[in-house]
Amino acid sequence: MSTQAKISILSPAILLPALRDAVLKLDPRQLIRNPVIFVTEVVALLVTVLFVQDLGGGLDAAFSGQIALWLWFTVLFATFAEAVAEGRGKAQAESLKRGKSDLVAKKLLFPDQKDNRACEVIPATSLKIDDVVLVEVNDLMPGDGEVVEGVASVNESAITGESAPVIREAGGDRSAVTGGTQVISDWLKVRITTKPGETFVDRMIALIEGAKRQKTPNEIALSILLSGLTLVFLVAVVTLYGLAAYSGTDLSAVVLAALLVTLIPTTIGGLLSAIGIAGMDRLIRFNVIATSGRAVEAAGDVDTLLLDKTGTITFGNRMASEFLPVAGVNEKDLAEAVLFASLADETAEGRSIVALAKSDFGLVEPIILDNGTTFIPFSAQTRISGIDVEGRRIRKGAVDAVLKFVGLDKSTAGAEFNKAVDSIARSGGTPLAVAEADRLLGVVHLKDVVKPGIKERFAALRAMGIRTVMVTGDNPVTAAAIASEAGVDDFLAEATPEQKLEYIRKEQVGGRLIAMCGDGTNDAPALAQADVGVAMQSGTQAAREAGNMVDLDSSPTKLIEIVEIGKQILMTRGALTTFSIANDVAKYFAIIPALFLVTYPELGALNIMGLTSPQTAILSAVIFNALIIVALIPLALRGVKYRPVGAAALLSRNLLIYGLGGLIAPFIGIKLVDMAVTALGII
Amino acid sequence: MSFPGWLQIALVLIATLALVKPLGLYMAKVFTGERNLLSPVLGPVERGFYALAGVRTDKEQTWLGYAMGVLLFSLTGFVVLYAMLRLQHLLPLNPQGFAGLSPDLAFNTAASFVTNTNWQSYGGETTMSHLSQMLGLTVQNFVSAATGIAVAMALTRAFVRSGVHELGNFWVDLTRATLYVLLPLAIIVALAFVAMGLPQSLDASFVATTLEGAQQTIATGPVATQEAIKQLGTNGGGFFNVNAAHPFENPTAFSNYLNIIAMLSVSAALVYAFGQMVGSRRQGWALISVSFIMLVVGTGAIYWAESYGNPLLTAVGVDPAMGNMEGKEVRFGQAMSALYAAVTTGLSNGGVNAMHGSLTPLGGLVPMSLIQLGEVLPGGVGSGLYGLLVFAILAVFVAGLMVGRTPEFLGKKVEAREMKFAMLAVLILPLVILGFTAVSAVAEFGTSSILTPGPHGLSEILYAYTSAAGNNGSAFGGLTANTPWYNTTLGIAMLLGRFAYLVPVLAIAGSLVAKPRAAASTGTFPTDRPLFVGLLIGIIIILGGLQFFPALALGPIVEHFVMLAGQSF
Repeated sequence: MSTQAKISILSPAILLPALRDAVLKLDPRQLIRNPVIFVTEVVALLVTVLFVQDLGGGLDAAFSGQIALWLWFTVLFATFAEAVAEGRGKAQAESLKRGKSDLVAKKLLFPDQKDNRACEVIPATSLKIDDVVLVEVNDLMPGDGEVVEGVASVNESAITGESAPVIREAGGDRSAVTGGTQVISDWLKVRITTKPGETFVDRMIALIEGAKRQKTPNEIALSILLSGLTLVFLVAVVTLYGLAAYSGTDLSAVVLAALLVTLIPTTIGGLLSAIGIAGMDRLIRFNVIATSGRAVEAAGDVDTLLLDKTGTITFGNRMASEFLPVAGVNEKDLAEAVLFASLADETAEGRSIVALAKSDFGLVEPIILDNGTTFIPFSAQTRISGIDVEGRRIRKGAVDAVLKFVGLDKSTAGAEFNKAVDSIARSGGTPLAVAEADRLLGVVHLKDVVKPGIKERFAALRAMGIRTVMVTGDNPVTAAAIASEAGVDDFLAEATPEQKLEYIRKEQVGGRLIAMCGDGTNDAPALAQADVGVAMQSGTQAAREAGNMVDLDSSPTKLIEIVEIGKQILMTRGALTTFSIANDVAKYFAIIPALFLVTYPELGALNIMGLTSPQTAILSAVIFNALIIVALIPLALRGVKYRPVGAAALLSRNLLIYGLGGLIAPFIGIKLVDMAVTALGII
Repeated sequence: MSFPGWLQIALVLIATLALVKPLGLYMAKVFTGERNLLSPVLGPVERGFYALAGVRTDKEQTWLGYAMGVLLFSLTGFVVLYAMLRLQHLLPLNPQGFAGLSPDLAFNTAASFVTNTNWQSYGGETTMSHLSQMLGLTVQNFVSAATGIAVAMALTRAFVRSGVHELGNFWVDLTRATLYVLLPLAIIVALAFVAMGLPQSLDASFVATTLEGAQQTIATGPVATQEAIKQLGTNGGGFFNVNAAHPFENPTAFSNYLNIIAMLSVSAALVYAFGQMVGSRRQGWALISVSFIMLVVGTGAIYWAESYGNPLLTAVGVDPAMGNMEGKEVRFGQAMSALYAAVTTGLSNGGVNAMHGSLTPLGGLVPMSLIQLGEVLPGGVGSGLYGLLVFAILAVFVAGLMVGRTPEFLGKKVEAREMKFAMLAVLILPLVILGFTAVSAVAEFGTSSILTPGPHGLSEILYAYTSAAGNNGSAFGGLTANTPWYNTTLGIAMLLGRFAYLVPVLAIAGSLVAKPRAAASTGTFPTDRPLFVGLLIGIIIILGGLQFFPALALGPIVEHFVMLAGQSF
């Protein structure tokens, strides 16, 4: 987790600049992007003018003045919420910018000549695509690119917050480098693949700052709903003037303004953009960079998740899980023999055999003296490896190769041996035969080991309504065995890049939203086709370009958190919209009897809150309306908690809290404010 | 309130619900073009119409084409009806020799019948010739209802289909709605009405000698047929001025049951047909539940308010056990008057069997609110279904977010475009109702029509525009609406309430039909459960009703409190 996570939103470093920004955001040209709050500002301005008039006339200036004041507070609280949400990102962007400035590049003058290292030093900003630069120890990477030559360890903590250095080398899946990272050993030749100003860090800064923040599709749709409601209430309030005139009441513009602002959905209108910004920020704190808010929103809708088996579901290496001796051979003898055979085997499989022999059979690693010992290394031709030591010739390897070594074939190998081999193959494992001299000793069961805890993660996804699909190059038998062990819902065996793409398309035609994690270049088409494509930071440049999110921690199951954040953003919007609309009921009960008390004292029966006077009632409703924005800022920034309990349970819970709560809370709130206003005697 | 009263209410509603499924399944077959019960008889007739009109059944329309068809057809109907009313003195079948209508009354009436409102600024038996009634008004009773059904079916197809732009063929839907649904039902119901004693005659009137020996002229005419389609098409325009309170329109308790069942069953069955067509009957029942729960609550509120009576009358010695019987027929009583009032307003029918203006203030508040909620309980034939679906889309959008997915209804994503048109549609009712009411309440040409000053007078105006914009057609009485100002503005209100709502609905359909239908999972917001029913009721009340609260507070609500304080209007 990166250091920026530790900045609290309540720290002065965030709050003080936010206060200044909140005032700057009052600029109507900016505010018009938020129609509800824009209307509030216009109304506040109008009431302020009326207040100034009242000052001259001396009539009720205290009342109109205080209404004007609280209307301005309503607008300010909304802009403040947005400023606070942006604050943390801004601080983070500043530190990224500091790291980016003063980057220089050693541009190779003769990139085609392998040994010619002549270069000129230029500012990183004047680099062009396809320039090749030399990056040596302690140099900062001048831009995004691909390693064309060399191997080096690179410190990427500036981007990922992860201090352990990573290896970057030419070719393969570890060739992508990111501008701003530091080479801490050796050197690299890097071909620049991105224009300065459009690099990963640049995009990250833009994203964090929220400068280029586009409204997401759902945010736009919600804004339309809120604008529509604002219009509806505008109609209701303006026409009320006529209806009141008929009834013999001359309503003042101040009270109509107060009624309008309390009825239009200022709560959600004021917090809408803060919710979106905070959601993106939460994603960044999980070390995921999304290239668009649209993708984050889509993450909440994901139905199917495609995961690569290797490295995601399993450790990626086969490991020894048991020793199966043939008749007449002791299990421990087999373990000892294979331990010898694996001593020089530095592959993960070899090491796992050693580990199993030591842990399960209490064997100690024998000390091999050099005289007369020969290690037989594995080769693709022989498909066999082993050791000649103290007159013993021990071999392990592919079943048919070992049988050939001892001069047997399948029919003469013995029923027990064949049974063991078959059962291992059926369970999706790989049998490794072991022999000494001309005697067959048994079989080692090599198994793709499923990562611990992964099954629970998939169960959590299933509870969210998300199907998991494992993608693997294994044969169907092996794939099925691992699929059932890991608890995925479906698998795609012997998958080629075309098949992956085809599978995604097919699911999408069936009306499903697909998320996919990948890191290799062969994943790129599928990442681009998927609705949510999460590329690993450790992956290739092609993969990172194709996806719409990059996971800096390169953890494939991070998608669970991404989905949760997507859902949280949507839930928070829905909850505050419901709350905001439900609030209106109480506001009517506060304001309507107050408006007509003179003409129709009988309407006092609607004053069920028992508010002191018409003026305190109206002022209290306006104050409550402003304060509720502030009160809900933490919720907007934190988000409504997502629980994987199914949509029906989630909905009834949230409807109870935000729907029913939204109905009741303002009755209590307005009454309390009214008591305070009365006690202070400010009107 | 009494047990027999509630029993009657329950029996009528249960009888209606029993009809919903068979009728709904039949309509689903009709509109998906499947072979149905009446295909052998009506199939050739249907094809004959298409051949005559040059309609190609395989050529379907996009939302814009469909909307143009609706508008063109309605405009033609409007012009023809307007001309017929203006010129009725020159046309045949005018035994009483009625004069042509004034321009504003003809405009108002034509708008009223083309929009399925059936607001009547005139007295039927003293204004309309038989030709105007049968060839003018009754024709629109059929086709305006069929137009509503057609639009509802176009919207239904938007949920059924995906990845295409065609919503169906308006001319085909219009023909099928008239031929297969409204006409056969109207024949059955009309025969039943004749059996119950409703007159069916081309005579103008007959003269009777009363018991006192006086001569009385009694108006008559083709009442039974008119009455049948008035209810089935949720039109509500009565043959007689006092509508279903007239003994010839609604002679007995049984004819009253049939009236209510006839108006309620087609609308409710259409909702069921929607469920059937989108592949979820549960969805149909969920929407029907919303309507019926709110209808029962509305009926109960009226029934309670009327039984409670008027404390001022009790104070001067009227037996409070009777409750408020002013403006009600004794052969129906309070329970059936309450049910009729709730159903006719929840349904955009507008026929009345009791005078709504004479209800107690709270009793009168309920019918007015039921219209203002958007005529979706279950609303006019077709128009109720599409209104209900607009609210369902809004409900899903507001609360659906709370399950953590972008909102979708029946697998169709609800996005900016749908929201834009849904809000346009929702905006039209408050704009028209409150706008015109506010102007009428302050201007001399508006207030001069009021019968009862004070809050009741405001209710009269508010009810008139509510009824017009909601395409209901019932009146609060009292208000002299046959003036150039009211005829014209109410006509405009009716046209806006119908077409400024219907076009955005078709636009929503056009947008939804092109979208893929997302597969449901455990994370999908379920819209066929009781939770959704409750949510939808809440959204209808808050988004459909809340904006009218200030106006209602100054009308019926204040009247109620003033009445309790000892003053009546």
